[in-house]
Amino acid sequence: MAPKSFYHFLGCIIPHRYPSIESAVKLVFKDLGLGLLDMEGATCCPAPGVFGSFDRVTWATIAARNLTIAEAGGHPITTGCNGCFASLWDANHELKHDDELRDAVNENLAVIDREFKGTIEVWHYVDALYQLAGLDKIREKVTRPFDGVRMALHPGCHWMRPKLIKQKDDSERPRIFRELCETSGATYVPYKDELICCGAGGAVRTADVKIALEFTKQKFDSLLEAGGADVIVTPCPFCELQLDLGQVEIQKHFDEEYTFDVMHVVELLALAFGHEPDEFGLATHLQYMQRKSTPAWEKLGIKVEES
Amino acid sequence: MTDKISRETIRNEAIDPDFVDSIVDAGADRLRTCIQCGTCSSVCPSGRRTAFRTRELMRKALLGLKDEVLSSPDLWLCATCLTCLERCPRQIKVTDAIIIMRNMAVEEGHMLPEHRKSSKKLLETGHAVPINAANLEKRKNLGLKEIPPTTHSSKKALADVQKIMKRTGFKKLITEDKEEN
Repeated sequence: MAPKSFYHFLGCIIPHRYPSIESAVKLVFKDLGLGLLDMEGATCCPAPGVFGSFDRVTWATIAARNLTIAEAGGHPITTGCNGCFASLWDANHELKHDDELRDAVNENLAVIDREFKGTIEVWHYVDALYQLAGLDKIREKVTRPFDGVRMALHPGCHWMRPKLIKQKDDSERPRIFRELCETSGATYVPYKDELICCGAGGAVRTADVKIALEFTKQKFDSLLEAGGADVIVTPCPFCELQLDLGQVEIQKHFDEEYTFDVMHVVELLALAFGHEPDEFGLATHLQYMQRKSTPAWEKLGIKVEES
Repeated sequence: MTDKISRETIRNEAIDPDFVDSIVDAGADRLRTCIQCGTCSSVCPSGRRTAFRTRELMRKALLGLKDEVLSSPDLWLCATCLTCLERCPRQIKVTDAIIIMRNMAVEEGHMLPEHRKSSKKLLETGHAVPINAANLEKRKNLGLKEIPPTTHSSKKALADVQKIMKRTGFKKLITEDKEEN
């Protein structure tokens, strides 16, 4: 039977930098009849390109510890972050298929009286929305369609790659994320570099933020060449940080100004479902806080009371 | 007789014949089947703006130039976007190979100071990006639990994850300043 409730894996960026995503997903899942349970004592996933690059066994053990929290409660996990998804899904997959790694991880977990059993699955919010709620039900909930709004997508990397292992979507021609975002009524705007990485992953942002921002700039320029967009939608808070706060950083490092509104897919859906931006704190995105600016309400077709 | 060709001779001592085996054993299947076509480099968004060349890295790995590969800061310019892996005509797990080599580099003491810092955050708080004052305030205003239900609100959970990092040797790996880059 399909699950109706998930353990909600928060990770780091959602609760600690973009809590508006945490608020938005609660609204959207509630509207769709999907439950989100707190995952007490969860840690960093830990970041796959960072800690996976330093020591694979430590990475797998910490990820496995997170998985055991859900195993104990018997519900699957859902996460709204491509990075957390990559850690938890990949670790779950590898531990189910690699006995040597599983033994090493379980020896480590024994020290804290835990054991990886391999009894649960890991879902991205996108999976839960697309497979469990379904596009029809989502469309029914849309009361504020984004008619005429130009929407660019940034699907990111780790939700769908590697395609032969994840087996969800064709990562070279993805359609699932697009179909989900199109339920909002916005018009999809294709651009050449839609599928390139935001630049933040693989410990690159930590190592050299300017190089990471050059990826982001390439993406923005490619989008401008395609005529620009009123909103960029992503399924990942780390991509969101890179695309949103990244604009402030690009201005600082390269003296070039971009003003794109960036939203997580659950923020887009919360608005489309008729929730007010204040209900989940859209204006708390780091770009707006640091620039002391506001979302381009008019372009987004949202009426707000000026405070 | 002299000529004007600038030669870059690779000395036998620089070649570790076991290097490629250790990468393959750690999970980078089919690495030996690389035909140096360059697809990986040509689709690499990092290589487009840096000196990072995936094809070169794969070739050096195959040659066994262990020390050169592991000590190179370029190893850290891969964003792990997996595009090379998706498009490799030999289906080599290119990104896996890079991650494996990074693990080896760290083991040999090559770790960027910034990465050491992130690791210390994980060790101290259970999170690579811990909560800060501005976001505590934001959470409060949004009606969320001010301190999220993570290790930030559980000393036991934090102690457990710290125990793991001590046991796996990660704590030692990141706190011991063996050799800065």
